[in-house]
Amino acid sequence: MSDILILNGRVVDPASGIDAERDVLLRHGRVAAVEMPGELRAVRGKEIIDAKGMIVAPGLVDVHVHLREPGQTYKESIKTGTEAAAAGGFTSVVAMPNTVPVNDSVSGLEWMLDAARGACVKLFAMPAATFGSLGEEITDYHELARAGAVGFTDDGKPILHDRVMRTALVAAAGIGVPISQHAEDTRLTGGCSMNAGPVAFRLGLRGMTVEAESKIVERDIRLLRDIERHDGLRPHLHVQHVSTAKAMEAIRQAKREGLHVTCEVAPHHFTLTDEAIGDYDTNAKMNPPLRNDADRQAMIAGLLDGTVDCIATDHAPHALFEKEQEFERAPNGITGLETALGLALRVLHQGNGMSISRVIELMSAQPAGILSLAGRGTLSVDSFADVVVFDPAAEWSFDVAKTRSKSRNTPFDGAPMLGRVSYTLSEGRVVFKS
Amino acid sequence: MTSSKMQGEMKAAEYAAGSLLTVAGLPVEEVAAILAATDRMERMAAAERAKILAGRRIALLFYESSTRTRTSFELAAKSLGAMTTLVSDKSSSIEKGESLKDTGLTLRALGAECIILRHANSGAPYLLAKLTGLPVLNAGDGMHEHPSQALLDLRTMLARLPGMSSRLVNAKTLDGVTVVITGDILHSRVARSNAMLLPRLGARVLLCGPAALLPVDALGLGSGVEIERDFDKALQQAQVVMMLRIQRERLAGLELDLADYISRYQLDQERLTARAPEALVMHPGPMIRGLEILGEVADGPNSAIEDQVRHGLGVRTALLARALSVGGFESVTA
Ligand SMILES: [Zn+2]
Repeated sequence: MSDILILNGRVVDPASGIDAERDVLLRHGRVAAVEMPGELRAVRGKEIIDAKGMIVAPGLVDVHVHLREPGQTYKESIKTGTEAAAAGGFTSVVAMPNTVPVNDSVSGLEWMLDAARGACVKLFAMPAATFGSLGEEITDYHELARAGAVGFTDDGKPILHDRVMRTALVAAAGIGVPISQHAEDTRLTGGCSMNAGPVAFRLGLRGMTVEAESKIVERDIRLLRDIERHDGLRPHLHVQHVSTAKAMEAIRQAKREGLHVTCEVAPHHFTLTDEAIGDYDTNAKMNPPLRNDADRQAMIAGLLDGTVDCIATDHAPHALFEKEQEFERAPNGITGLETALGLALRVLHQGNGMSISRVIELMSAQPAGILSLAGRGTLSVDSFADVVVFDPAAEWSFDVAKTRSKSRNTPFDGAPMLGRVSYTLSEGRVVFKS
Repeated sequence: MTSSKMQGEMKAAEYAAGSLLTVAGLPVEEVAAILAATDRMERMAAAERAKILAGRRIALLFYESSTRTRTSFELAAKSLGAMTTLVSDKSSSIEKGESLKDTGLTLRALGAECIILRHANSGAPYLLAKLTGLPVLNAGDGMHEHPSQALLDLRTMLARLPGMSSRLVNAKTLDGVTVVITGDILHSRVARSNAMLLPRLGARVLLCGPAALLPVDALGLGSGVEIERDFDKALQQAQVVMMLRIQRERLAGLELDLADYISRYQLDQERLTARAPEALVMHPGPMIRGLEILGEVADGPNSAIEDQVRHGLGVRTALLARALSVGGFESVTA
């Protein structure tokens, strides 16, 4: 592997506190040097990327993607999903376990992480927190962690029983990884296909209340507190795709209290409201659902005040024939890897004044930190040569016809984006070039 | 940033002209044109009317049984000379598990020029219209809408309320008219369609019922819609009172005591005489006599329930002519 020199760019590496013109040298899949402009010119035998006018940032990290392999490769595969990730500037993604079969065993996890699957960026995985994600009996956390698990989740479903959730938190705390919770009290959301409220009433659809989300978050926080007091452990709860002001406030309070809670917000939840469903557009159907504007604003407020730890896409590909169904019957989920950076820069940076550096931090250093992904989410010397080079001023429209994903289920076809990825490098290899 | 630019806008062009999926976007001039065509066709000799859609093919796709609506559409189509075919979930025609899309495409391939759809899922007519490109008439979708019912209810009001005429339909036609809709608003597509249509003609719509059947989210149906929990108070303001069926099977899980409901919301003669002796009484059917309404009221002089059925037939002939761009609706496709 030859050396790569990235010249003339604005290096934004929040983890190192750098936001300035720097040249970057990548060697043997690692960051070899980050120097003042001109100082690396003497390096020989190199490939050069001219990043003039561009931002050079750590490759983005997504702690929540669905790659559909094994079992549903007609929707996506590890190869196509990671190609979509690369196109979106992501160099590390964490695969959720709701594959077919559910990823709940060491052999399943090893199969998924095997190089033969063709991932073009670094693939991590969270296996199921309970066998079959049935919410009854926890999986073997020690063995799975040894095989590479970076956390445990039954995503797509909540861990509903208090006793099981408590056991999971205790077991995960013992090995220092989070339990990542899909916070939905499914006892309150049966038959529901969107957010409860005036839009649902007008469309004649049954709505999920905000309490269905907040009740589980509040329950989980109670369990954390109880475990800290009685077991002397410090469990880590990660709340997935927060979508309601009520759950956000519960997380804010828990953080003030000093409990180990982290959370993620998806770009669609800070960009769209339930009005985006329009006339039953199934590309705007996801779970948790798009909420009202007050909730959307609460997501932005949580991102701005630090309550939100990271942005995660919840990339959830579905085939056209599955989405071309009656709204209530269509599956939940939208793709998101290629639109996340463009939406975050547009809505958070341009629309709400968040610095570009902070946007990058929420999409690289912070998610890497949550899952203790060593050497990821930073451009510090010796870390992995995971880099995204993008034009922060480029305004463009997403064209789903050009997606790298196998699926096209997005509400953002034609939507305006800010910031366009030019290069993505994973461990020193160019995996995307526009 | 406003989210409106990020969000999809209603793309009317995705649906064939002549479709009637909702009353929400239906311009008042179109409402006027539909009612004018209804008048026109009613005055025609039967033989002349039977030429309007002679030889045209209309499919009735009914995933939910509905004797009243199906028969009404079917008779309307036949009176215009059209050939109809009924595909229902009771017949073998809807293959097990076949998607709505494939069923629609099959009907189109067989020559259907218009599909009348009744479906248990809200929004299904939009999907069918988008995927087939055919004009689709929504004959009731889930808890969402029943647009032809709202139009026939409107025509009934215009025919029965003093000083009204179906030839004078504009944004002020129903000025000063309060329409009280009482019952299971939550599950009622009739309530939604009326609450969205009538205020655009100037009416005030007063929704009435207990919170379990009428959540405040109903106010999102638009301006001109209000909530009054007290039926007696609502009645006192009513020129029209529309009673909705209480579906016993839907009461499970709701916090609703049927005896209490009857005492507070049932329309009986005593209540009507005391609060709104002149009000027009309507019901989209099917009625449960003795539950939401008593027989003496349903059959009494204030009742317009049979008129509704008759106007349904007329309005649906106009909607079918409109769907196929004939009978004065040729301009629809322009
Ligand atoms: Zn989830």
